[in-house]
Amino acid sequence: MSTDARLDTSKVARTNGSTPATASKPNRAGSLANWADERLGLGTAMKKNLRKVFPDHWSFMLGEIALWSFVVLLLTGVFLTLWYNPSMGHITYEGSYDQLRGVGMSEAMASTLHLSFDVRGGLLMRQMHHWAAMIFIASMLVHLLRVYFTGAHRKPRELNWVIGCLLLLLGTLEGFTGYSLPDDLLSGTGIRAADGFLKATPVAGSYMSFFLFGGEFPGESVIPRLYIVHVLLIPGLLLGLIAAHMMLLVYHKHTQWPGPGRTEQNVVGFPMLPVYAAKAGGFFFIVFGVVAIMGGLLTINPVWKFGPYDPTKVTAGSQPDWYMGWPDGLLRIMPGWESVIFGYTISWNVMVPILIVPPLMLVILMLLPFIEGWITGDKREHHLLQRPRNAPTRTAVMVALMTFYGLAWAAGGNDIIAIKLESDINNITYFMRVAIFLGPLLAFWITRRWCISLQRHDNETLLHGYETGIIMRDPQGGYSERHAPIDGRRAYTLTARDRDHVLTAGEDTDEAGVAKPNSRTERVRAKLSAWAFGHNVQKPTAAELEAAHHHESHEAELQSGLDHPAEGRAMDDHQLRTVDEAPLRER
Amino acid sequence: MRLLNRTAGRLSRHRRGPLAGLVVLLLGLLLTGGLYTALSPAQAETQASETEQVAEGKKLFLASCAFCHGKNGEGIATVREGYQVGPSLVGVGAAAVHFQVDTGRMPMANSAQQAPKKPVVFNDEEIAALAAYVASLGPGPAIPDEQDYSIEGLSEEEREEAIARGGQIFLTNCTACHNFNGAGGALPRGGYAPSLDGVEPVHIYEAMLTGPQQMPNFSNGNLGPEEKRDVIAYLESLKAAPEYGGFALGGLGPVSEGLFAWIVGIGGLVVAAVWIASHTTRSTRSKADAS
Repeated sequence: MSTDARLDTSKVARTNGSTPATASKPNRAGSLANWADERLGLGTAMKKNLRKVFPDHWSFMLGEIALWSFVVLLLTGVFLTLWYNPSMGHITYEGSYDQLRGVGMSEAMASTLHLSFDVRGGLLMRQMHHWAAMIFIASMLVHLLRVYFTGAHRKPRELNWVIGCLLLLLGTLEGFTGYSLPDDLLSGTGIRAADGFLKATPVAGSYMSFFLFGGEFPGESVIPRLYIVHVLLIPGLLLGLIAAHMMLLVYHKHTQWPGPGRTEQNVVGFPMLPVYAAKAGGFFFIVFGVVAIMGGLLTINPVWKFGPYDPTKVTAGSQPDWYMGWPDGLLRIMPGWESVIFGYTISWNVMVPILIVPPLMLVILMLLPFIEGWITGDKREHHLLQRPRNAPTRTAVMVALMTFYGLAWAAGGNDIIAIKLESDINNITYFMRVAIFLGPLLAFWITRRWCISLQRHDNETLLHGYETGIIMRDPQGGYSERHAPIDGRRAYTLTARDRDHVLTAGEDTDEAGVAKPNSRTERVRAKLSAWAFGHNVQKPTAAELEAAHHHESHEAELQSGLDHPAEGRAMDDHQLRTVDEAPLRER
Repeated sequence: MRLLNRTAGRLSRHRRGPLAGLVVLLLGLLLTGGLYTALSPAQAETQASETEQVAEGKKLFLASCAFCHGKNGEGIATVREGYQVGPSLVGVGAAAVHFQVDTGRMPMANSAQQAPKKPVVFNDEEIAALAAYVASLGPGPAIPDEQDYSIEGLSEEEREEAIARGGQIFLTNCTACHNFNGAGGALPRGGYAPSLDGVEPVHIYEAMLTGPQQMPNFSNGNLGPEEKRDVIAYLESLKAAPEYGGFALGGLGPVSEGLFAWIVGIGGLVVAAVWIASHTTRSTRSKADAS
């Protein structure tokens, strides 16, 4: 890093102070900026925030995909509102799509067809809007996985995690309402399903359904209502929560990977201006471009083929968009259980997969950082990330949840799987009914053992060096691989993690023999702590590293051919050592 | 003229030859046969050949179909009630035979939930013979003519109306199994509604008429001949129309859309993120200038 000292820093601000720099020589741009600053006072805020440092890693940009696809959604959505007519009034279609001319439909559907066929660029905008929605929710999910796998949800970011979960929920609802608006066959089938879900709620079900539809399904109110929810209510909430999410991001500062020079107190990276402004700005155009290419080339929701909604019609391949696929899958594999209590039917077959499990999963998701914080008893702030392998139980919990999600998701496409893989749809259902319980357990066990093995591998690398790929043969004919020590930076990064601390329960009684108030909770916590962290492999101690390095340098000395030719594994034994080196092994 | 005379003279030299009678006889027969073929009324021909066809069909039937359907097409039951090796063919009509055999579904290669479409085993004549034989077992629907399922004869306006009407009939009666795009769908226990892509109009008409395999039977009572024609007109119009939105992604609905959103959308954007993050700050200034 000797070049750093010689870098020209004259163009870089000299301090992190809050007063903006003023131009030494007056020029036009400077005086304009000064004029504005004297009236708006933005200089101070800009000085601080334009120099804000962000660390560089690809996985930190996943949330950005969500942000930028949301911007694309706003832009294309505004275009669509200019022509879309949220009305269930009945008219006869007379537009330019031949196959539906003369067919009766709602004005919502007719205006969607008008947008698709008679408005220049309308179909492109519709398809871009839909693809951007799919990508928006998908990117929130991958962003969530990145945050959790790297431990970025720990203190102080628990509340931002909760906000993120709410964004995921709202994004899903926003997607569902948007899916319902064209009033085509898929929309109507989806709304009918939602009506069924509402009605499956005990006691209040039919009241809720009548309230939503303004009477019996389908009525004439649902589309105008969903429209206002879709263009005003949820986008407003989304914008507010996104703002809160980003403000907390700025307040907490970005997390970073551990490495030389990176601590819990600093952020190492590049400043907002010019580096991240260019990178993030450029990424917006890439997201916009990918969405535009998809919107231009790939058909999504061809409403003209579905035709207008009519309760007497349905089509094979009626699925919700992907993000609602997993509750749909649970619904598909749920046995048809119902029970009758006091003459009222309780539809477990709908309640369990739709009204109980998905809200429960969302609550579990939101509680994850709090549960972890309670088990570890860790009240410190964490700004350095953890590698997934260094939190085996946490990683395994998320992989188990992902497995549950993935299996339910696949079950939602059981008919497509059946025809494309030429299998029996009933057998897929039977398989899923078992796999949905066993799969996550198996995934948990495999992932945890896998992480622990990787931890062990890291320790091997630290203590014995990396595998050079040089195979050596000793005089006896045995083969061994030569290991070489890793460099200091890598060793620092590998050891830059905390030791896990397994909590132990204290005595049940205090010194006076009186029962302690929280002894039972403490015992539970100690058990959970032992279960979660007891199996982890801890990093080697300084003494162990010292010993290993001593051994390594000795080995290198021998291999350099002072006395003997290098003989690989043979050097692990005492045969090459002199008498005074003998205690090495015991050290 | 001289040449002609000479030729005639040469021919007439053979008029008393040993083979002359035979040659004249053969010529006479050829002429009579040719004229008969050309001029005889069509009715007489079919009458004559139908009996032959049925006989021919029966031969083919005994060789290829009787194993499952019985020697007289009466069907073969299994010990389990309601289950058959092959159903009775009495009254299924020529249309059913033409559909099953002309799409290669019959003869089945092995017993299965459903007979898949496969290369056709018989040629057109043999199929006609088989159809004639099965039709002779009992009255049933005949093979439709082209005018039954074509809208060629209609005016432009009538055609458009037929197509729009056909689309609504299709969405009401067919898409529940065959999907909105005719891409096919799954049925219980390994059954499936096949894709309608590349299926001949005559076969679609026959399928509606006879209800093959797991398909319900749309008799002329519940879906009139014109309505069947309209459904076919709609499907043909979809084939003729461009894919307005771009690649149709298999026309399978939201499942394939989700797959593309994840693979192309998120996959592509993650690659872009990796690319952006791997390029750190760059300056055109060389290191020498900086020092």
